[in-house]
Amino acid sequence: MVTNVISFGRSGLYDWIVQRISAVVILLYVLCHAAIILSTPDMDYVRWRALFADTGMRFFSLVALAALCAHAWIGIWTIATDYLTSRILGPKATFIRFLFLLICLGTIVVYFIWGIMILWSA
Amino acid sequence: MQVSIYRYNPETDLKPSMQDFQVEIPNDKDIMILDVLALVKEQDDSVAYRRSCREGVCGSDGINMNGINGLACITPISAVTKKDKLILRPLPGLPIVRDLVVDMTAFYKQYERIKPYLQNDEATPAIERLQSPEDRAKLDGLYECILCACCSTNCPSFWWNPEKFVGPAGLLQAYRFLADSRDTHTEERLADLEDPFSVFRCRGIMNCVAVCPKGLNPTKAIGHIRSMLMERGA
Repeated sequence: MVTNVISFGRSGLYDWIVQRISAVVILLYVLCHAAIILSTPDMDYVRWRALFADTGMRFFSLVALAALCAHAWIGIWTIATDYLTSRILGPKATFIRFLFLLICLGTIVVYFIWGIMILWSA
Repeated sequence: MQVSIYRYNPETDLKPSMQDFQVEIPNDKDIMILDVLALVKEQDDSVAYRRSCREGVCGSDGINMNGINGLACITPISAVTKKDKLILRPLPGLPIVRDLVVDMTAFYKQYERIKPYLQNDEATPAIERLQSPEDRAKLDGLYECILCACCSTNCPSFWWNPEKFVGPAGLLQAYRFLADSRDTHTEERLADLEDPFSVFRCRGIMNCVAVCPKGLNPTKAIGHIRSMLMERGA
């Protein structure tokens, strides 16, 4: 068993399930918004604001944002452990991969907090 | 026919190169690639490749023919060439021993890791462990693997993480023992595969299925292992 990992849940099964469930949540969110935009031809700022004033929509947006962040982290971690390895980059690989993941994680956390602020500030 | 062969001897060559040979195919017959290699070897006996049974049973002569992994002994010229040009390379992703001969250590280590033998803690029966025809049928499509490595060396996940990802050949065998009604170590076997690399590095691109010379389906077996891990975890 491979144990030296800093993945999302330290379990392949857990990460795999989170990746699939979050994908479905993101898809539903995109479809929901596509339907709203297509069925509202005269969408303006007032209507858009009213849409996000609804607690249900805010909650759905928060869930979708969390799903997007989890999905992004698992995907980025997978890419980093595929391509930023000592086979490809030599002995500096661990440092480069760690730095890359740290920057990505920081960005994801900032986006998540910023998203919450946007959704719940009004 | 022009045959271009990958040449590399790590002890004497600085880097690999391709060497071209002109080969006369007797009566323009659609012979096997292994026979083409034999004709090349008549011209230059320093060309190195593995072979043994020459009938697709031993799995020794897995090579890359015009970009497609397969067994040279059961692949006719017409299956891999449209024009009169044949490019032969070693299986991708493994270290080169010489020319078309690769070092299969990483591949065998993963095979060894999945404990490819029956483990049973129950008392040994007087004659043999019996299995119903239905249970035996579950092993069809799994036990036939000849470990030629065509699938694992066609898998990008195995190229990037050969020491962590078991690879399609190893996982097909892992499921062969998970599915065996006579094996009692299912729990330990699954626990060894649950991490993010061993099984879950498979992204389901089915490169393994596309090249298996025995027509087996490692992606399906990996799906079954995932289902077993799900049932165990849920």
